[in-house]
Amino acid sequence: MALNAKTPEGPLKDKWQNYLDKTNIVNPANRKKIDIIVVGGGLSGGGAAASLAELGYNVKTFFFQDSARRSHSVAAQGGVNAAKNYKNDGDSIYRMFYDTIKGGDYRSRESNVYRMAECSVDLIDHMTAQGVPFGREYSGYLSNRSFGGVLVSRTFYARGQTGQQLLLATYQAMMKQVKQGTLTQYSRHEILDIVVVEGKARGVIVRDLVTGKIERHSAHAVVLGTGGFGKIFYLSTLAMNSNGSATWRAHKKGAYFANPSWTQIHPTALPQAGEHQSKLTLMSESLRNDGRIWVPKKKDDNREPGDIPTEDRDYYLERRYPAFGNLVPRDVASRAAKERMDAGHGVGPLKNAVYLDFKTAIAKLGVDTIKERYGNLFTMYRKITNIDAYKEPMKISPAAHFSMGGLWVDYELQTTIPGLYAVGEANFADHGANRLGANSLLQASVDGNFILPNTISNYLSNEIRTGKISTDTPEFDEAEKAVKDQVEKLLSIKGTMPVDQIHRRLGKVMFKEVAMSRNEKGMLWAIEEIKKLRKEFWENAAIPGDDKGPNSELEKAGRLADYLEIAELMAVDALSRKESCGAHFREEYQTEDGEAVRDDKNYMYSAAWEWMQGKDWKLHKEELEFNDIEVKTRSYK
Amino acid sequence: MKLTLKIWRQDNAKAKGKLVTYKLSDLSADMSFLEMLDMLNEELAIKGERTVEFDHDCREGICGQCSLVVNGQAHGPEQHYTTCQTHLRSFSDGDTLTIEPFRANSFPVIRDLKVDRTSMDHIIQAGGYISSFTGIAPEANTVPIHHDISESAFDSAACIGCGACVATCKNSSAALFLSAKVAHLAKLPQGKVERAERVVFMVNAHDDEGFGSCTNTGACAMVCPQEVQLIDITRMNYEYNRSLTTVEG
Repeated sequence: MALNAKTPEGPLKDKWQNYLDKTNIVNPANRKKIDIIVVGGGLSGGGAAASLAELGYNVKTFFFQDSARRSHSVAAQGGVNAAKNYKNDGDSIYRMFYDTIKGGDYRSRESNVYRMAECSVDLIDHMTAQGVPFGREYSGYLSNRSFGGVLVSRTFYARGQTGQQLLLATYQAMMKQVKQGTLTQYSRHEILDIVVVEGKARGVIVRDLVTGKIERHSAHAVVLGTGGFGKIFYLSTLAMNSNGSATWRAHKKGAYFANPSWTQIHPTALPQAGEHQSKLTLMSESLRNDGRIWVPKKKDDNREPGDIPTEDRDYYLERRYPAFGNLVPRDVASRAAKERMDAGHGVGPLKNAVYLDFKTAIAKLGVDTIKERYGNLFTMYRKITNIDAYKEPMKISPAAHFSMGGLWVDYELQTTIPGLYAVGEANFADHGANRLGANSLLQASVDGNFILPNTISNYLSNEIRTGKISTDTPEFDEAEKAVKDQVEKLLSIKGTMPVDQIHRRLGKVMFKEVAMSRNEKGMLWAIEEIKKLRKEFWENAAIPGDDKGPNSELEKAGRLADYLEIAELMAVDALSRKESCGAHFREEYQTEDGEAVRDDKNYMYSAAWEWMQGKDWKLHKEELEFNDIEVKTRSYK
Repeated sequence: MKLTLKIWRQDNAKAKGKLVTYKLSDLSADMSFLEMLDMLNEELAIKGERTVEFDHDCREGICGQCSLVVNGQAHGPEQHYTTCQTHLRSFSDGDTLTIEPFRANSFPVIRDLKVDRTSMDHIIQAGGYISSFTGIAPEANTVPIHHDISESAFDSAACIGCGACVATCKNSSAALFLSAKVAHLAKLPQGKVERAERVVFMVNAHDDEGFGSCTNTGACAMVCPQEVQLIDITRMNYEYNRSLTTVEG
């Protein structure tokens, strides 16, 4: 199938309005005849569910948590970008578009990025109206901070809990619709398959995680807002139960998966402390507004940080990138940290960290200001490490964080399966090869609240005469049987290797070879290791218990089974792209001073992969055109 | 280090539960409390035994999913921590820890340490929101909000909805949870329009869900991971009484 992004006609700045002016919409009286399934209760899925329910559609929302308020959007800390230009520092929708395209290393879709920047302005108004207590100046007006990769202050924040506050506003909007009866919640339910009938997405097969029952649900359209799959690395900043299964099952039903290998490795997470570790807590990028990153100039310098004088410190980001300094984008900051650690300058007991130091800022601004800006982050740091970061520098390290890749979607956020939509981190289009800080909350929110509700109507306008979708069809029978067979197969392995241990080993392979720095030999090795782990998993995984009630080991095993396939596609994708761009750094393609070398002639495309029934993947290219921005070498020097 | 764990095992809401003893060795003080349970579960899985079910997700103190009572204290011994933020350095080598679910009539046990907290969702559904629809908001800076009021609203809005306040309260009251939402929205100009109806609907839902009454003991605020303040309950009572004496509009 040829890819058609369906980008609307007209100048870039008019495309979205042109689309809205002409797209088909559904009569309010007909909306109640239409069922929509939304999977995921975070900012993208929850926003879509609430907004669609407000419009009068019958919406069913599914999520595995006990409440939508716990979706992983909750953990985003630093902020949300919007081109309000409240600081009078020359910001504009175009500048935000420019920064995002450049930040993504010219590998995102122009029209989508511009639309995201355009919608950002209304999002702040929307969230303020919903009661989000954004940070404010003493004048009472909204305050901003800066994030990496930009020269303006366009990030709105609610202390270090911006994601939580946006999510709670979205959750509350959902609860309002539950009360009004247009939204039905299915908490503690996990999606195990997408049902496709006559080429259209018509429902899902889910497992009730309390009773263990496998259920069928039908709808006229299905929306996936299921987030990213960074937990594939086991150690990541993601929540323990975040997973890639819904998107992967959709892929296996025909949805193309785009740029799967582009994973953002976040530069400022807490370093791993030992083998038992399950999670790498993120320390918000906003800390780089006031924190300075350094390592000792001398290798294996074992002095306490306070005993190392300034002349013995290497503020390597300020040295290498004087224009942006500590606020270079995440891919650049992570790679620079890796370079220093690999060269023997890492700090901490495992030499796997760098310092993030607030001494200069505290001397200049005082402890109280730093406390107001980042108090909860310092508290979080103390709770986990027992270290007071007001007195000594934080130790931070790169960790897997965000999936720029995801299901391929067109301008309407529709996947290659008609009637199946993907919003937020689950799709791919906006961030290119590297996401800018505070664009994630933005993308999730605008996809869910503003974009999808307006684009899905174009599809649904043809569904008003369809009537209820039956679940009593061969397609539902077949999908349910496949799901039940897999559950049975997992429970019959009865091996001796705990699921988490296989997952940890997969994560190590992926972090070593398919993360910050990649080369052909390493990735070929990784593919073999992944295949071995997959074999071991299906032969020897230890999955105790049964399917008659809650069984966390069974849930984890199902997710890991998918990760063991996603991992291979990630390596295949990274192997096929013989250039360096954004987070995708191929060692074979770099300058003498270690900067990425892009190949625009041969690789200016998004790679959309088609599942070929487990026998390899077929590559489809969406060529990228840049008409409104000059394509340049990305430099932050 | 070594620890003895007495863990509440219960098949489902109707089954009878009991404490089962497990011994773990080779623990490190740097491990988080939940990583210790991961380790126990790996050992159980290898033996083919059903693992201990417990709720957890973000493991950084913000999602509110973890919900354990350790040695009688909701979320464990450290004040204002979540269970996931608790590390084994808070215990001594050789200690015995009793691990139970959050207990309250409104939180039925699902299995082992997992409880059903949808009763808290029901309180929010009753009115814990601003009824504005997507797409109708005015420009955000048209309504300046005093810095201190916004900060104070945030203090209340920070509630993670974990239910430790309920598990701690001798009356199993959710007053702190409920009042945090009432206070958050009542403090902001955007939330003032519906303040009278909101507090009444939410308080009624709270009582209908079987949560107990507040007797101002204050134990809830002592354990709250986000340090939501007891004054929010006073604020809720003010809002409630105010709603009885004023007609909005």
